[in-house]
Parts: sequence; structure tokens; C-alpha cells
Amino acid sequence: MFRRLPDAAAAAVTIAVDGHFVPARVGDTVAAALLAAGFGTFRTTGVSGASRGPYCLMGVCFDCLVAIDGIGSRQACLVQVREGMRVETQRGRRPVGP
Amino acid sequence: MSGPLLKDRYELAVIGAGPAGMAAAITAADLGIDTIVLDEQATPGGQIYRAIGETPLRDPAVLGEAYWRGAGLVEAFQASAAHYVPQAAVWTASAEGEIGVAVAGSVRMLRAKRIILATGALERPFPIQGWTLPGVMTAGAAQILLKSAAMVGAGHAVLAGTGPLFWLIAAQYLRAGGTFTTILETTPRGNLGRALPFLPGFLRSSYLREGFELIAEVRRHASVVRPVIALRARGEDRLTDVTYRTGAGLEVTVRADTLLLHQGVVPNVNLALVLGCKHVWHETQLCFVPALDAWGQSSVATVAIAGDGAGIAGAVAAEQRGRLAALGAAFQLGHIDQVVRDQTAAPYLAALRQAQLGRRFLDRMFRPARRFRLPRGETLVCRCEEVTARQVRDAAALERVGPNQLKAYLRCGMGPCQGRLCGLTVTEILADAHGRSPDEVGYYRLRPPVKPITVGELASLPKTEADIAAVERG
Repeated sequence: MFRRLPDAAAAAVTIAVDGHFVPARVGDTVAAALLAAGFGTFRTTGVSGASRGPYCLMGVCFDCLVAIDGIGSRQACLVQVREGMRVETQRGRRPVGP
Repeated sequence: MSGPLLKDRYELAVIGAGPAGMAAAITAADLGIDTIVLDEQATPGGQIYRAIGETPLRDPAVLGEAYWRGAGLVEAFQASAAHYVPQAAVWTASAEGEIGVAVAGSVRMLRAKRIILATGALERPFPIQGWTLPGVMTAGAAQILLKSAAMVGAGHAVLAGTGPLFWLIAAQYLRAGGTFTTILETTPRGNLGRALPFLPGFLRSSYLREGFELIAEVRRHASVVRPVIALRARGEDRLTDVTYRTGAGLEVTVRADTLLLHQGVVPNVNLALVLGCKHVWHETQLCFVPALDAWGQSSVATVAIAGDGAGIAGAVAAEQRGRLAALGAAFQLGHIDQVVRDQTAAPYLAALRQAQLGRRFLDRMFRPARRFRLPRGETLVCRCEEVTARQVRDAAALERVGPNQLKAYLRCGMGPCQGRLCGLTVTEILADAHGRSPDEVGYYRLRPPVKPITVGELASLPKTEADIAAVERG
């Protein structure tokens, strides 16, 4: 659980996470925006179905993988939010094929 | 200077825009070298100076003097003639100077006569039970949230570990208004005695005052338990509690929504290993470091390595090593002669020596405990493929396997992080099990792509007639 400090002032944008509107700030990464909105679990693993969330936030652990604008397994900590961005948390293995 | 238009060829490619990469690029561009800088982040600064130009934190005192020292470097970098490409993921590089980069949704190949790797460091794996639960993250991750999004933990936060950065992050967090339920220090008791012979260097270093002040500041504002000799994160789908045991044998469970772990940083070796740069085990820093000469020149003729990727020495040293690597490249490329190179390098070498004072003390003082590097039982070693310490040790007991055989046996190290979060743990467990040195055990063989790219992106690369002929069915 994280909170924004009161002096954090930046322009607001709105993204959609699993179909819900989530407020974010310009300059946020997708991972920061999700954490600020109270999302702890970003995906469940393909191996055992265990819940995972961000661990390193610097692009090395690959635990913050989410689908962004329809492209699966993007590193949420390396992508900055944009107005209208669609984010989906991931569940287990990705389906193969169309 | 920055812009999206990439040329096909450059004289020098610098990979990474932290202190080493920025300093290398400034120095090279000033000498008239056609330089490109490829960096994964949206803004320059690396991890240490992350978000320095746009942090939403209003109070500069939160991040401290050492952070703001980077502002001048970032300004000089942005004013330099080097071509800076942010949000560029380098997914392959070769000794011939060919570099594959993914930028703005497309993949490009470009060529450079020389490459300076400045890919920095990452936090050492901290494999404890439950370290994959949502809510458990690195202290570095918390620092990133603080610097770039002005966020701190909202509930019960616990910080656990050791290292100079551990205390810095604790202090920054507290200054920002964050709180810790408790701080669990894992520095082993015997460390101080082993560090003391190196005290003279430390006494002359700038770390001395800074370090003691930080520790005192943290102790004034938070309760610190030490030494902690066992640590476990608990919860079903997310972290709910942290259980720890003290040196006195006391076992305690505290409620926690956030557990921040840190036990030092280690070089980010993936791209250097793909390039074939020779690495050796550093017994004090407990990690693989590249074999380099005074100019950062690696065992691969076209590749130099600067910054913490060359061995952990901190941001000030990284800057100097970046400048030295650029001078080395300028000499190799024929822009300057040996006399100019050596004269220009003299003040950088002196500054580097000054910056390295105290490092040998710090390495020993904050050497992470064996019990937190060599896990046992059901603790996950490989987070991606969910391979436990027991599985790794069982495989090691069967025969003298190496890290690469473990991939075939257990899929250990074969997930998307490509061993970044398990490589050192696996090497150390195998070395321990077989009574061999980590150098003898070695590390995973790494292959490109070192960053994920889609099949579609790969297919979008320009193809020659020969490329097409090579895969067409006759």
C-alpha cells in the first residue's frame, strides 16, 4: 500500500485498469499509477498461479507484467501512462494462438 | 541533444544514461566523436539520479546532497552534442559493434565502431521465504517510487537488510514523511572486525561523515533491530506479516503491508556477457565483475565498461570511469594521441582514487550474511520459473552440475528475467555444494535478446536478399 505525498502536484490523466477508471499523474509509470490506486497484484504466474506484483521497479525482475493497450506482458515499471491507456492485469499462462 | 531519428552508423555507442554513461557521452562528444546514447528510461540520470529533472518532490532536502550533485551532470549531458535516445531497450550487441535496439515500438540495428557499456547495477537477490508475495519489494523500488512519483508506504512498512544504500534509502524515506514499523538490520556481527584494517582509507573518504550522519538520523526516527539472523515474509495472496529472529534467539512476528529488502548492489552483467566480455569473481563484493584495464577496456576489443557495471564503486567513481572510458575510446578511434589522453585523464584518475577511498571498508562492513545469500528449503531461488533452493541443492547433490545444466534440469534461470534475480544465488549454492570457487562454477550463459522483443518487431527488421534466401524453402 502506497500513498502520494501531498506536495506531489502534476497534471492528472485517467487510465483504464481491468475496465475501471483509475486516476494517474503525468510522469507516472504504469506500475506507480497502479500501486497508488491500490493494486498490489499485477498478475498471477503461469507456473503455479501465484500472485505477483512489482519487486524491483527498474526493469529487471519482470514481475510487474501487464497487458497495455492490447499487448501482453509489458513491463509496467518501464512504460509511462498516457490519457486513455488500457491496462489489464494478467491471469496465469497466456493463451497460445489467435 | 535528442531526437528520434537514428542513423545507421556511429563512431561510439554508449549504453546507459546514468552517471557513467552521461559522463562518457559528454567527454566523447566534446572530443568530436559521433556518439549515440541509448537508455531504457524516459529521462537521463540512471537509477541514482532518477527523475532529477522532474521529481514531483518539492523539498530537495528529502533526497539529500548526494542526489542533487547529479543535476549539473544531467544539464551538461543534455547540452552535449551526443545523440540521446531515451526509452531505447538494447536487446543485443556484438563484438563487431552491431547493436539491436527497440525504440518507440520498432526494432532497429545500428553499428558503432566502439561500445561503452554503462548499464549500472541492480540490487543483489535477497532470497527469503515469501519474497515473491505482492507487497515485498526492494528498497530500491521504494526509492524509485519516492523519486519519480513522490509516493511512500501507506500502511505498516518494514525495511530489512544491510548496505550503505540501505541507510540512505531509510533516511530519505523518513524525511519524506514515510514511516517504518521496524527496521531489521541483517549486517552480521563479525563484519566490523573484518572491516577495521581498512579503516584508514574510510577515514579519509567523504563517506565517513555522510554515513555516520545517515545512520544516526535513521536511529533517531525509527526503531532498528539488530542483528536479525532469519527473515520470512508471510501471507496468502499478498504480504500480511513479517517474522524475524534476532541474534539473541528471539522470534517476532509483525504485521506488514510492505516489506522492503536490500542487501547491496551488484553489476548488471547481462549485456556484457552477451558480448563475451570476460568476468571474474570478486571475493569481497561477492559478484562477477568484468576484467578491465585502466580505460575500462574489456576482453572484447571494441567494448569498454564504465560505472557500477565495472564493479561497485558508487556514482562519483562511475562518473570518472565514464570519462576515462571515453578518453580510451577517443584514443582508439584516433581522435587524440596518447599524450593528450594521459594528460586529460590525470585529474579524472585522481578524482577516481578519491572516490574509491573507503570502498574496501564499506565492502567488508556491509558484506551480506551467508544465510541470506544461500537459501535452503522451500525458499524460491528462481522467481520466474518458481524453482526452490531444495530443488537446486538436490540437483547439485546428484552430480557436479553447472548453472547451465540446471536450466535443462529445472528451467532455473530460463524465465523472462534471464537470471538477473537468481544467477548469483545459483552460482553460490553450487559452489558451496561442490566445494568449488564461484569462478570455477561460472555463471549462466546468456544469449540475446537480453530484453523482450516481439516476433513482429523482429520480423520488421530490414532483410537482405541473402537473409531471405537463407530461410526460404528450395
